[in-house]
Amino acid sequence: MQTARTLKEYREQLDEALSEPFQRKSLDAFATAYRESRAKAFAELDLPGLIQAIGASKDTAMADLDALYTRFKERAEQAGATVHLASTAREANALIADIAAENGCSKVVKSKSMTAEETLLNHFLENEGLTVTETDLGEWIIQLRGEGPSHMVMPAIHLSREEVRRLFTEVTGQEQGQDIDDLVKVARRELRQRFVDADMGVSGANFAVAESGTLGLVTNEGNARLATTLPRVHVALVGLDKLVPTLDTALQTLKGLTRNATGQAISSYVTWITGANQCAASPSGRKNLHIVFLDNGRSALARDPVFKEALRCVRCGACANVCPLYRLVGGHKYGHIYIGAIGLILTYFFHGLDKDKNLVQNCLNCQACREVCVAGIDLPRLIKETQVLVQSSRKRPVVNLLAARLLTNRKLFHGLLTSARYLQKPVTGNKAYLRHLPHAFLGKQDFKALPALAPKPFRSMWKDVKPHVPRPRYTVALFTGCLQDFVYPQQLLSCLKILADQDIAVELPLDQGCCGLPVHMLGEKEASRTVAEHNIGAIDPAQFDFILTLCASCGSHLKENYPLLLQDTAGSQVKVKQFSDRVIDFSSFVHDVLGFQNLSFRTGGPKTAYHAPCHLCRGLGVTDEPRGLLKQSGLAYEAHDEEETCCGLGGTYSLKFPELSAEILSRKLDLLEERGYELLATDCPGCILQLRGGAEKRQRGLRVVHTAEALAERKEG
Amino acid sequence: MTQTASIDRFTAKAEAVSAVVARVDNHQQALEYAVDICQQKQACQILASGCEQRLSEKAEELCQLKEWTKLIAAPDLSQTHLENLRELCRPLSIALIKQGLHEHLGGIDMGICSALAGIAETGTLVVDSRSEELRLATMIAETCLALLPASSIVQDSAELAGDLAGRFAHPPDYTAFITGASRTADIERVLTLGVHGPLELHILILMNE
Repeated sequence: MQTARTLKEYREQLDEALSEPFQRKSLDAFATAYRESRAKAFAELDLPGLIQAIGASKDTAMADLDALYTRFKERAEQAGATVHLASTAREANALIADIAAENGCSKVVKSKSMTAEETLLNHFLENEGLTVTETDLGEWIIQLRGEGPSHMVMPAIHLSREEVRRLFTEVTGQEQGQDIDDLVKVARRELRQRFVDADMGVSGANFAVAESGTLGLVTNEGNARLATTLPRVHVALVGLDKLVPTLDTALQTLKGLTRNATGQAISSYVTWITGANQCAASPSGRKNLHIVFLDNGRSALARDPVFKEALRCVRCGACANVCPLYRLVGGHKYGHIYIGAIGLILTYFFHGLDKDKNLVQNCLNCQACREVCVAGIDLPRLIKETQVLVQSSRKRPVVNLLAARLLTNRKLFHGLLTSARYLQKPVTGNKAYLRHLPHAFLGKQDFKALPALAPKPFRSMWKDVKPHVPRPRYTVALFTGCLQDFVYPQQLLSCLKILADQDIAVELPLDQGCCGLPVHMLGEKEASRTVAEHNIGAIDPAQFDFILTLCASCGSHLKENYPLLLQDTAGSQVKVKQFSDRVIDFSSFVHDVLGFQNLSFRTGGPKTAYHAPCHLCRGLGVTDEPRGLLKQSGLAYEAHDEEETCCGLGGTYSLKFPELSAEILSRKLDLLEERGYELLATDCPGCILQLRGGAEKRQRGLRVVHTAEALAERKEG
Repeated sequence: MTQTASIDRFTAKAEAVSAVVARVDNHQQALEYAVDICQQKQACQILASGCEQRLSEKAEELCQLKEWTKLIAAPDLSQTHLENLRELCRPLSIALIKQGLHEHLGGIDMGICSALAGIAETGTLVVDSRSEELRLATMIAETCLALLPASSIVQDSAELAGDLAGRFAHPPDYTAFITGASRTADIERVLTLGVHGPLELHILILMNE
């Protein structure tokens, strides 16, 4: 449970988490194993189709929430249940405490429920004098330790068997061993007694099926079956977002839920409860069943044009499983109660600005979560929108004000970059890196060598390098992005070398500015929109066949975010569509448009690794093309497992969270060095800034280049 | 897909989650199999699972409640099959009950149930669990044994949606999907069977009924 008051305090906590060796090892192993088991679990299914269907059915349900609730209540009450609606967490907890009091219950067994975590139900009931026992093994362990879950599906993933052994020794008053099988058996016996003693069972629900008033519970251990069977009272606490119209939709979602959560085709138990069933412990012979629906902002979320998508979440936990930051610091630091990418969003709405203001900043925008989400939630976009909300609620940081002011004024920005070129001389000694910056100035940024501005930006070279093409096949506008224009012009020159003799007319519209992603990342939506409008004015799509960029981050921002930013602006929304339709990345352009006609390469290149930029492989969905280019250009390209793991830059992220950025980078470089790669190629100058800077700092012989450079070096003629 | 292919697929998927699947001709053979398993079980495991561990006093008490004879519960077996099973149990001194599971919450050796259907895609049993006795039998037993008519195996849960929705429309209803034994991976992600429910699940496919 992340509760830091300031960003500084949060960073200190993250730093501590980085030095928890067991958790690090455990999450690493899990991240790798999860990837495989998920792929295997979905192998027989049409995954994109399923994601689309689950998202669509959730949207339909959420648009009809009131009617679904009414119908569920009617059906469930006909079947003997009592249905309640709580508008706040406190109200839900009080309702449940009242039910316990009215029925003279004092001992509660719980099966796992994130909704009960959300309302902090245990604390409330315990304060009312009830004894509450979590019966899911992981939940019981963390309850005994007085902790919150560190993963939505595997709440105790941060703990070692030794920690569990010590805990169980304390609980039983008997010395326990480290054998996991034995420890599980101890829990089985200890908890069986609690089931027998309990007079009230509390569960959550994964589905509330409106057509029949049925609850659906998805578990592996079977504790939910005991908790809903033995005690005479059963209370289910259910978020309104769990309402579905029919069993069909529930079964469809179930197919995605368990596969995405744990790589299981289905969990061991899926329990469908409709109404008041047989119960020997109850005086009436029937279960006293209460279903408490929790709103806590959900019905308002359902009406929000942007954030309603968050209600699609099925709580599978996958967005944490693939998050490179979660993998480093674990759920106690990467969430408040809800964990992972969805936690960054829901915390703001369910637990407030204060709990989320630091947490929500901790996102690389690597989009791994979006790719894995089984309900198709655009998590990075919602995180960004949450950042905007957080931003607007407080004084804007100076860096935001400056960035917004600077990037919306192209001439001012480029003028400053030009002057900075002269000012940097004392610290570069005319070399490519800022070598002589005092350590105090760099501080935590010292993990990589920072590049110097190029002696001459690409735009100043343009008139000398512009290719002359009398009869062009295509006319292409080059969108350079700031980094390549002012820091890495070599990458653009390499591109021109590849395009030479291909009958491609290249233009450089000089009024183009920064793509706007940095201000977008800072949550400066207005500035982001202004920059987008400027650029679609600077590069008129009607004049070009393609808008070519060598920067994956610029590319995905132009293609994906521009249309969203300008969707409501008359006139611009047409231009922006035409603009984004023409945007293409370097690798796709060479691989798919040029083909390899008239291109030949020297053979015998070095052992080469590929780094897939997040904004290319997930943002633009381009995966095969760059790898294809490397294979065909005479390089000894060899794939590795972490090709698609973020480099840790995340634009301004690395400035805000340098410790985590450095850690991700160092793991990446460690792996490449261990495998003996000599060359690393990638498609984004941002990744190059990070990876080349890191490699330069280490000086272990790994060379980092843009795919365009790699190709140009091998090109014959 | 043919019936045989469906059975094969069901078997493969159930086995993949550690269920033991066998094909038998009819109920009688199934009951013989059940008694056989129960008898073997006694040889290797005489304690209620977990009771051999060092426990707190309260948990220990519940272990004492367990009667130290082998015990099978078969709440949903028809009278005829129950009598036949009793005949098989008697010479081996295995006790057989149809109800009263609340007296045995410490654990029983085997719980027998009949499945309404099998889902081949996931190796899942669909079990009518309206009876509290049946719910308990399939949870507190160390070995759960399910009888599944071959003809009731479907490919996909979607094929059952209509039937199930029909059942839910006549409440109260408690229907369980059971796939493999009770499992957890909550300690160091190590897969461990039998955390709350059965340690073993046997599925007997009735080929000719």
